[in-house]
Amino acid sequence: MLESIDMSLVDWSRGQFALTAMFHWIFVPLTLGLSFIVAFMHTIYVRTGDEEWKRITKFWMKLFGINFAIGVSTGIILEFEFGTNWSNYSWFVGDIFGAPLAIEGLFAFFMESTFIAIMFFGWNKVSKRFHLTASWLTAFGASLSAIWILVANAWMQHPVGTVFNPDMARNEMINFWDVIFSDMAVNKFLHTITSSFLLASVFVIGISAWFLLRKREVLFARRSTVVAAVFGVIAAIATIITGDTSAKIMAREQPMKFAAMEALYEGQTHAPLVAIGVMRTDTTKRLNPREEFIFKIEIPNALSYMVYLTPNGFIPGITDLVYGNEEQGFMPYEERIERGAVAIQTLKELKKAKERNDEATYSTLREKFNDPVWLDDYYKHFGYGYYKGREVKELIPNVKLSFYSFHVMVILGGHFLIFSIMALWLSLKNRWGNHKWLLWVALITMPMPWIASQAGWVLTELGRQPWVVYELMPTISAVTRLKPATVQLTFWIFLATFTVLFIAEIKIMVTQINKGPGGK
Amino acid sequence: MVRRVFRFYYDGFRKMTWGRKLWGIILVKLFIMFAILRLFFFPDLLKRDFDSDEERADYVLEQITNP
Repeated sequence: MLESIDMSLVDWSRGQFALTAMFHWIFVPLTLGLSFIVAFMHTIYVRTGDEEWKRITKFWMKLFGINFAIGVSTGIILEFEFGTNWSNYSWFVGDIFGAPLAIEGLFAFFMESTFIAIMFFGWNKVSKRFHLTASWLTAFGASLSAIWILVANAWMQHPVGTVFNPDMARNEMINFWDVIFSDMAVNKFLHTITSSFLLASVFVIGISAWFLLRKREVLFARRSTVVAAVFGVIAAIATIITGDTSAKIMAREQPMKFAAMEALYEGQTHAPLVAIGVMRTDTTKRLNPREEFIFKIEIPNALSYMVYLTPNGFIPGITDLVYGNEEQGFMPYEERIERGAVAIQTLKELKKAKERNDEATYSTLREKFNDPVWLDDYYKHFGYGYYKGREVKELIPNVKLSFYSFHVMVILGGHFLIFSIMALWLSLKNRWGNHKWLLWVALITMPMPWIASQAGWVLTELGRQPWVVYELMPTISAVTRLKPATVQLTFWIFLATFTVLFIAEIKIMVTQINKGPGGK
Repeated sequence: MVRRVFRFYYDGFRKMTWGRKLWGIILVKLFIMFAILRLFFFPDLLKRDFDSDEERADYVLEQITNP
């Protein structure tokens, strides 16, 4: 099946979506994190009445506003792409995306945009407490906006709380709470939010370091650093904890992604964790080509321990998942492909029976989609059916990219924790700013959380390939059959537009930072 | 009340300094998105090409079972 699909169309469509999502994600984490830091600074001002805190709040609020304005509605383009480039997908997921995004539109966006105006225009116009409430509600509104899209993403990674309606070819929600409170969704939200707080903290510390290096606005910079460092330490610890939970959930629900991010080909107990590694492509082994380490530093037993809290836990490798491992209960992909093909064929026959008004056949086939045993035996493998006649290795994500993105994220995460602790400790001792090299480290560290955050999403989205909806819908089936040239054209339009917007963001931010907290 | 709210927003926008440039960017961006990209490049294909949900379902079923 699907032998005829133009892979350049799939690649360009994926590239276009990745470009849009990654550009959108430049702004979102800073908005999420900075909104809370601003609200916290605003609270200190209201509680102390100290005018310096007002200046501090207004300055960071200004940077928040610039980021919000440039970033706002860049996510809408993703929704355009769902309807045009991914029409099969957007229909198939049904109200899973519709309901959460409608709630976002009606509730969170309304809340955010109402209170953001009070936050910016409210100085000396409304009471201090009401103004402060608006700052906090803006922050909570921003996080609420994030919840819904993350819930939808979590469902794509781990579809729960829905049933497939074969007459309408869509998934229908049967339990809203299962969808929004799946452990995947809850943890994804927490990990995203805490890592965004961390990103904003490093941003504030970095800008403050710039002022300290120039010996400008020293009190402003020191106070900003203290607040950001407190946020940073708490957020870094929370990010590590939620990241660990993410890994445990991934090992259970997406074992292929888990094996790919560690480049683990052969499953084992006492599985080590690769701390650092460099890979090369080997074309001589089974699953050719496969990635082999030319250099690695391992922590013995750590991978098994991370997932099962015991070194005896078995971690399946890529070959266990592809060729099966009866002892550990992993069905070979060839078998899953066969079962998936049966499910697709059943759906096809159901459609035909309906068209020719063959009630008896229709009822028999329709019943299968309500039978839990058939669903578990066949429909569960639906997506694999598209790979009948194709190479089984197409079901393996890009191992190198998964490995490197995971390790870049984790190594940088460790750096942020140490960096935030140092910034906090030295700030509390009133020694932050005494060491020029540390301020330079703060400046150099500033863009790194964006790299870590984007790497995290690369692992999340590329690591689950070839699936758009995990094990049910592969990317090749989700894409709309457009001309590749059309997708290429919009790709380049986006690239040009995003580049202009990004330059505008940097330019306006730099101008306002240069003016400092006293500038207009 | 309505008057006060209007006045609040009116004064806020009128006294904007650096915010004017941002509003300019937002408006240009929204124009490009909705008046150009949405209109000419990103139609909702299933909405545009079919009249009912049954027709859309039929089309998608055809696509995902006969690739």
